[in-house]
Amino acid sequence: MSKGKYKWIGTRPDRPDGADKVTGRARFGADFNMPGQLVGKVLRSPHAHAVIKSIDASAALALPGVKAVVSAVDFPDQPNLIVPTGEMQVNLRDITRNVMAREKALYEGHPVAAVAATTEAVAKAALDLIKVEYEVLPHVIDVADAMKEDAPILHDHLITEGVKPAPTKPSNIAKRIDNLKGDIEAGFKQAEIVVERHYTTQAVHQGYIEPHATLASAAEDGQIQLWSTTQGHFQVRGFCSRLLNIETSQIRVTPTEIGGGFGGKTVVYLEPIAVRLSQKSGKPVKMVMSRDEVFRASGPAPGGTVHVKIGAKRDGTIVAAECTIALQAGAFPGSPVGPACWTSFACYDIPNIKVVGYDVVSNRPKVAAYRAPGAPISAWGVESTVDILAQELRMDPIDLRLKNAAKKGTKTSYGPTFDTIGFVETLEAAKASEHYKSKPRAGMSRGVAAGFWFNVGADSSAAAHVAEDGTVTIISGNPDIGGSRASLALMAAEELGVDYSKVRPVIADTSSIGFNFVTGGSRVTFATGLAVVNSVRDMIRELKVRAAKTWGVDPDGVIWEDGCAKPAGSNVGEFEPLSLAQLAATAGRTGGPINGHAQLNAQGAGPGFGVHIVDLAVDRDTGIVTVDRYTAAQDVGTAIHPSYVEGQLQGGAVQGVGWALNEEYIYGSKGRLDNAGFLDYRMPVASDLPMIETILVEVPNPHHPYGVRGVGEVPIVPPLAAVGNAVARSTGIRLTDLPLSPPRLSAAIDAATPRMAAE
Amino acid sequence: MAKTHVTTTINGEPTEFLCDASQTMLDVLRDQLGLTGSKEGCGSGDCGACSIMLDDRLICSCLMLAVEAEGKKVETIEGMAHGEQLHPLQKKFVEFAALQCGICTPGFLVASKALLAKNPNPTETEVRFWLAGNLCRCTGYDKIVRAVMEVAAEMRETAR
Repeated sequence: MSKGKYKWIGTRPDRPDGADKVTGRARFGADFNMPGQLVGKVLRSPHAHAVIKSIDASAALALPGVKAVVSAVDFPDQPNLIVPTGEMQVNLRDITRNVMAREKALYEGHPVAAVAATTEAVAKAALDLIKVEYEVLPHVIDVADAMKEDAPILHDHLITEGVKPAPTKPSNIAKRIDNLKGDIEAGFKQAEIVVERHYTTQAVHQGYIEPHATLASAAEDGQIQLWSTTQGHFQVRGFCSRLLNIETSQIRVTPTEIGGGFGGKTVVYLEPIAVRLSQKSGKPVKMVMSRDEVFRASGPAPGGTVHVKIGAKRDGTIVAAECTIALQAGAFPGSPVGPACWTSFACYDIPNIKVVGYDVVSNRPKVAAYRAPGAPISAWGVESTVDILAQELRMDPIDLRLKNAAKKGTKTSYGPTFDTIGFVETLEAAKASEHYKSKPRAGMSRGVAAGFWFNVGADSSAAAHVAEDGTVTIISGNPDIGGSRASLALMAAEELGVDYSKVRPVIADTSSIGFNFVTGGSRVTFATGLAVVNSVRDMIRELKVRAAKTWGVDPDGVIWEDGCAKPAGSNVGEFEPLSLAQLAATAGRTGGPINGHAQLNAQGAGPGFGVHIVDLAVDRDTGIVTVDRYTAAQDVGTAIHPSYVEGQLQGGAVQGVGWALNEEYIYGSKGRLDNAGFLDYRMPVASDLPMIETILVEVPNPHHPYGVRGVGEVPIVPPLAAVGNAVARSTGIRLTDLPLSPPRLSAAIDAATPRMAAE
Repeated sequence: MAKTHVTTTINGEPTEFLCDASQTMLDVLRDQLGLTGSKEGCGSGDCGACSIMLDDRLICSCLMLAVEAEGKKVETIEGMAHGEQLHPLQKKFVEFAALQCGICTPGFLVASKALLAKNPNPTETEVRFWLAGNLCRCTGYDKIVRAVMEVAAEMRETAR
């Protein structure tokens, strides 16, 4: 740990928003209200694929209490233009159609119209009065089916990108990606052993407990105020501006506290609709999704197929690796197949790699980012295959990974060469752990898997202000989704040399601080942290100027140490140090308020690697898996607030366990989601789990003053295969289709071990 | 239909409200009484974010009709701290980082307090099963379970 090196970094103080969040005082998306507000509700398509022939809202508008109805005609059409959002790219033409269906409804739950009414009951009654004439079309849900020659086509204009020559006919394959390194055929010729398997995963939801919610108020002069639970209020502003043709500075978005997102709140669903309803009705409009709507029409993360082939020497050296990944994009192009491809073999130094990816549309909700988007899916295939290789070579699974581990200088298949990374250190820490050194308890089997994520930098702005009494406010623009206020305040306190309690972090709305990219990609503590550090440095520069003025010396003769301005040396003169409080008290006489500002596009995000170990038992009769022990090791750069770093590892690991064991979108024959609720979409509960042990391996990122690496994404990458590998070692059956749910697992066990017929 | 007049006690305060027969207790708490600490995560009793106490019994307020509060005693997250003093569970949740986003936290606190009132010396397994009706997607439950166990130990120590 970083103990000793720093005063504040590496400590575990209470988070600044702690009291608010344990008393119910913190205000989340649905907790904001305005006088005279209306309730907005969305009418959603009951069909998976249908032409919208007509919409008649006259009866709804005639209902007393209904103040506005909107449908696609109320939103200007958009150009075929790609813009970044979160870790993913979106096409404006598609996003306006996802917010409100235009020509066709493309999935069950696709918004078709929306109403604003005086009460929830009236709004619901109004939805029933909107007459929509549909022409139902054949639909396709599964990726493999959607790729077939005779599949129903979702978009007549969709010609596969990345294929030469370009296809002449539209298909559901939006894009093909190719990553090549070395000579794959020559590589496999050197192999003494080849393992090849085909894997599938199902769509899973991010599962944030807080449904999407927003409150919009459009004033008569064109100015818009929005409150939204989002990972990126600047993105909400940008989307509303583009989708509604409103000048960006006319829109002010205030981020509410956010009840989880995991990537799923980096896009817009309700906000443009609420603004439009507010414009049309002249009243504030509040919209909150039900859980059913969250499942049917937000998120999810894609399911897909992964075909993996790995060739190695008898000593375990991997000489060639190939995988083909096809991911569900949902109704519009834009699955995270890119990151799924790029991360697939990133853990390993392999001379010959071939990766092919397909982005495939089908009649499902458009996928959104979910923690390390795409990476868990390719890792499920690759890390399972590496485990089979370890079994066949009779090698320890950590030793096999150590033999092939990526290091500083390893060139990835997608281009970059790694700088300082900590995969070897993380593998060694996992191997040296008490967990790994001790045998699994009786009846338990062990699985191991690794995972990788790039981490992200990008745009951040921050400001630092000194108050009259010398206390400090740091202002940034990223919603705090898991304790980032605490880590930003710790870095500011460290930099300034003042007590953590003297630093108050504030998250500003879009009009009160410069642009910030979303809270996501594991970028806030790194990039926004860097902006905060730089804003504090800017403030210290000014503090030194003020001290110099007070002393009548050159500012270069002043240093900042332990929260005080001091003379740089005896040649400058003999002066008592000036504290922050003293300099603040005299600020009016030395030049006015003392502030600092910073804006940057952060480069050099340090990639992260994780190694997870799980011990579990499989009940051979029921197929129920009991997780007995779990350890997550990860290179975390520097753990600024170790409790929240551990929390990221624990939470990500458990989401991965859910993905591995139970979670899946289940569709009926009509293309309707059968399990749109927490009862039937089974997320892990406390009684499903043991404690999640963590090992924080600190390999500082050389591109951050405190060595920060993003930590939030990596932990969801290894668990799928770690669980699968343990199940394979427990049952002797290698399952390749997720989830390993009780029905699937017991059926596989039954198939592998025929029973005596019942007498 | 005419609204129903309900007389009840919420966090120790005599309270009256008017509600429709179809309104849930959660709706009335949040939309009429301004007590937005109870959260709606599902509206179907699966996530526990709306947990409250009704006559000392832990319930999901999204599954309770508001008219059922007549003559009863309701306790919500807003009644957990006393003046400036946080409840030991509230303090420990912050100290142990047992919350990340915080949306499930009010429900977990209400449920945890109910557990400790019933069982001051729970095993880890008992804590995990008692809290199985509360979903948290951020923490993986580790720090929540540790915080509850620690507070139980401290409260036993204080009671001795």
